Amino acid sequence: MSFIEKINSLHLDVLKEIGNIGAAHAATALSRILNQKIEMSVPNVRIVSFNQMMELAGGPENVVASVFLRLEGDVTGSMFFILSLPAATYFIQRMIANDSFVFESESPHSEMSLSCLQELGNILSGSYLSSLSDFTNLHLYPSVPSLTIDMVGATISFGLLELSQVSDYAIVIDTVLEKEGDESGAMNGHFFLLPNPDSFEVIFNSLGVATDG
Amino acid sequence: MVELRDPHIVKVGIADMNIVKSPSLIRTSGLGSCVGVIVYDEKKELAGLAHVMLPDSSLAKSGSINTAKFADTAIKELVNRLVIQGARASVLKAKMAGGAQMFQFFSGGDMMRIGPRNVEAVRRGLANLNIPIIAEDVGGNSGRTIEFNPKTCVLTIRTVNKGMRNI
Repeated sequence: MSFIEKINSLHLDVLKEIGNIGAAHAATALSRILNQKIEMSVPNVRIVSFNQMMELAGGPENVVASVFLRLEGDVTGSMFFILSLPAATYFIQRMIANDSFVFESESPHSEMSLSCLQELGNILSGSYLSSLSDFTNLHLYPSVPSLTIDMVGATISFGLLELSQVSDYAIVIDTVLEKEGDESGAMNGHFFLLPNPDSFEVIFNSLGVATDG
Repeated sequence: MVELRDPHIVKVGIADMNIVKSPSLIRTSGLGSCVGVIVYDEKKELAGLAHVMLPDSSLAKSGSINTAKFADTAIKELVNRLVIQGARASVLKAKMAGGAQMFQFFSGGDMMRIGPRNVEAVRRGLANLNIPIIAEDVGGNSGRTIEFNPKTCVLTIRTVNKGMRNI
């Protein structure tokens, strides 16, 4: 039986809670950095095909800034923090206190803007994962985050490689950070946590949730 | 199967494949470490594209496998489907693109080199069936969207930073 068939609604709720705790800490950290209120959505836990996964981030050709890291330790998997280019512009503007800066018009991107995004990714993924580690009492060792600005398909497929050896579907814990008052959603940042299949049992066990039905 | 709903561009998703006949085009978007391999019969204006994710089906850890996901099985399946549609196995040619290294890490084992390994596996799979590679655009660290026209046999490659290129 595949790992996905064993997942029930209680499991999905547990995974939602993980997204909740992680993103709440990340949103607080981001609010402080930007001195701007950042809200977060109720996390979505979805079982998606690889192509649907691309659609969650705007389709395979959509160009985004993404910070990617691999998880080692008790839980293994991948994590992405994904920003649209307008959102990247806004975040960099706030970080360097320069409202005329436009990320999209840079070619190639300057050291400074890349470094801002890299640092943003470090801090946010760090606060997400450390709160997750505290909550579950599991050891998580994230790799150094790596930044790339490219098509969604090209970046996310890399985080699906381990999974793809086992399944054509991924369980993704998706949380959105939203700037207060931004109705368009253009300033959203997405967290995608993609645990490897054998990590789900570890997560559920650590929280005392039965995995055998 | 020849897609009939959209006569212009047939889209192929990740770990997927399809066959197209002129005047339709075939496209796949957002290739990173994945490889897009096109096998075509020039005279019959018939082409197939597979968006390959992993080099070898022996990596599969589950029972049933998606043939389009692995280089070795995808190429065989493409050729089978083309021949069923009337292509001649002896004159097939190939083009490919992709196999980039999107992220730079200090360590991380085999998965970090997956782009180059996919490219090698596609080369091997084509060589096993005596299909020559006419053109390729592989490696680097950019994502690619590719589109093939079975009438002209031109493969158009689009990247975010370097614009369009035909091979």
